[in-house]
Amino acid sequence: MIKVNGRQFPWEENLTIKKLLEKKNYTFPNLVVKINEKVIDPENFEVAVIADGDDVKVIHLITGG
Amino acid sequence: MIRKVLTEFSYVPAKLDRGYVNKTLYINVSDYKISEKPVTEMVKEKFIGGRGFGLWYLWNAVTPETKWDDSENEIIVSPGPVGGITQYPGAGKSLVVSLSPTTGTVVDSNVGGHFGPLLKFSGWDALEVQGKSEQDVVIFIDGNAGLVRIESLPELANDSHLLVEQLTDYYACNEEDKRSISIISAGSAADHTLIGMLNFSFYDSRRKAIRLKQAGRGGIGSVLRNKHIKAIVVKFAGVKGNLNNPADFNKIAKTGIKLHKEIKNGDDKQCQMRVRGTTYLVKIMNDYDLLPTYNFKYGSHSDGEKITAPHWVERFDLGKADGCWYGCTLSCCKVVGDFVLKTGPYQGQRVIMDAPEYETIAGVGSNCGIFDIDYIMECNFYCDTYGVDTISFGTLTAFLMECYENGILDQEKTGGLELKFGNGVAVLELLHQMSRGEGFGKIAGLGIRKCKEYFVKEYHADIDFLNDIGMEAKGMEYAEYVSKESLVQQGGFGLANKGPQHDEAWLIFMDMVNNQLPTFEDKAEALHYFPMFRTWLGLVGLCKLPWNDIVPEDNNRTAEPNKIPEHVQNYVDLFNAMTGRNIDIDEMLRQSERVYNFQRVFNLKMGFGTREHDSIPYRSVGPVTVEEYQSRQDRYDNQLVELLAYNPEGKSTADKLQVLRNYREGQYQKLIDAVYQRRGWTEQGIPKIETLQALGIDLPEVIAVVKKHLA
Repeated sequence: MIKVNGRQFPWEENLTIKKLLEKKNYTFPNLVVKINEKVIDPENFEVAVIADGDDVKVIHLITGG
Repeated sequence: MIRKVLTEFSYVPAKLDRGYVNKTLYINVSDYKISEKPVTEMVKEKFIGGRGFGLWYLWNAVTPETKWDDSENEIIVSPGPVGGITQYPGAGKSLVVSLSPTTGTVVDSNVGGHFGPLLKFSGWDALEVQGKSEQDVVIFIDGNAGLVRIESLPELANDSHLLVEQLTDYYACNEEDKRSISIISAGSAADHTLIGMLNFSFYDSRRKAIRLKQAGRGGIGSVLRNKHIKAIVVKFAGVKGNLNNPADFNKIAKTGIKLHKEIKNGDDKQCQMRVRGTTYLVKIMNDYDLLPTYNFKYGSHSDGEKITAPHWVERFDLGKADGCWYGCTLSCCKVVGDFVLKTGPYQGQRVIMDAPEYETIAGVGSNCGIFDIDYIMECNFYCDTYGVDTISFGTLTAFLMECYENGILDQEKTGGLELKFGNGVAVLELLHQMSRGEGFGKIAGLGIRKCKEYFVKEYHADIDFLNDIGMEAKGMEYAEYVSKESLVQQGGFGLANKGPQHDEAWLIFMDMVNNQLPTFEDKAEALHYFPMFRTWLGLVGLCKLPWNDIVPEDNNRTAEPNKIPEHVQNYVDLFNAMTGRNIDIDEMLRQSERVYNFQRVFNLKMGFGTREHDSIPYRSVGPVTVEEYQSRQDRYDNQLVELLAYNPEGKSTADKLQVLRNYREGQYQKLIDAVYQRRGWTEQGIPKIETLQALGIDLPEVIAVVKKHLA
């Protein structure tokens, strides 16, 4: 299991940020992503691999109006 | 054109000094009195400009007994000290303040376009219009000649798209001069409804067309027409980048260049505002179960894709500047270049129109169960030209549709309108009826709150059900976001001073998705900071979109990326560079807090503003109906287990609905407690005297109102 925004989420082999965003249907363009508090830049979403037990933050910036 | 000058007033147009002219223009259309008033240092210090000025002038104009349609009520337009600069994107906002026909208390509405800046360059920090004329009049302000006239022009059309064309042609000396003109108008439906809206025009010289931006919320268009004002025209030729005469022009230019570069380099990778405008939000909201459908019952729909950005972009006339004020490179206001109307009095005509924004698409589209972009454009055009707020109209119509589908309304009561979800033909006819002041359109035009009263009185409808599903608070119809899964957003809507508009706080992602606000203390802090910050934009004359619809590349490495710290610092820099003052972020927020608390006390003065007025319909909190619960049964069942240790197995949906409801309603009350405490208010929501003193807004007349409520 991993944590995504403080909530449990199933882990799988070769789970990248990009795959995680797809699984969560996180389609919002302005995201701040951190793995264990380390910032991952958008150009690395495809290659940044999440390990079992990692604490992932996918911070959606404010939108609307 | 036949014209009769009713009165004329000459003045010497003053130059601006550090963002202010230090004068406001007062016009009374009852007795055709026109005068100028000085802006005192106290007013600048405590109210800054824009919404702050509007609130202060209205406070002094009305008594607790004043109603929206009394001649004492005013419409105040003010652009703020930073407004009108051309170096920083989104600097053309005008703030409009009045007593609202639907809420009964003070309302503010912000709008883009050229009016506010041209008013300022004509020599006025604010325009204050009071009184009620016996005949339709046009107010004309010539900022170059130093002339204000009240005129009668009886041949003018009612609807905005025709009216602004007539007036622009009439007052412009030539084609080039059309850029010098901006007009405030409403339309025929504003004559007959309480949800009237104001159009603010500007001339698009690239397309040789007049464009319309809207001050939609709160029914101020109805106030304008109740005063028998057909239009307010400002004319000023000679816009340049330094007319605000800032203390430090180079700092403003440098701050602007930084943001222009961000937009150039980042927009394509981020929200693509320059191509899609706010339509990009439709897919996002549908994906996150936040797009209102069927009167906010649900947050997504399988047909949602049909009204997403790519379909709009196909219809946009792109490649020309789309900023609503000079220098806005974020350029979100899109245009549909060639649209043929299919219904109504202008059926068959080809029009160029400002494209629907997200709120309109969601309001008149998905929330009414209609996923047809041609219908949405038609509805958008007619709302604009008739002077109807698309948000109120959309939310109201969705409510009427749910009433219809529940048998509260039928074709006999609606005069033949089959107001089922999905029936765009009926919606358009309802809108046309509003413009004619006929039939069921006239009843609907009262807005949700008064419709509820009417349906109970005339049709013996169940008031509890209507209160649950009628998406209004304080008498204003909700903006178009589903707030059920975000307690903080429920507060963002419910606690907003003017009613449930999202321009105070949009916190759904922070709360629901990011899980960043786990405690009531966290929630209350967010519901303090963001409304205060966003209020500030309306004090100085800036648009919210360049704050967070584009972010710096390194924003993700800041401690609080949601605040976009670099942009907040930009605003501090802009204010200081304009005014020569030296505020920091804390003082910026205090400036807002002063005005925000003043507005809360203004509500108290008008008989509103206490805890019961911050209540919200249950539809915005949780599922009202069995079908609503069952549509997301796993989500709700899991919540019952996780949050309440309640075993849903074997329980009826009605039982589960009630348990969930008791919990969620209790949470909302706890949220209110926490927010009031954070804001320095009593348990009844009244600002404490020590709070007002600490903020420096303890004016004797303010304290007197508060003391009355504390007693």
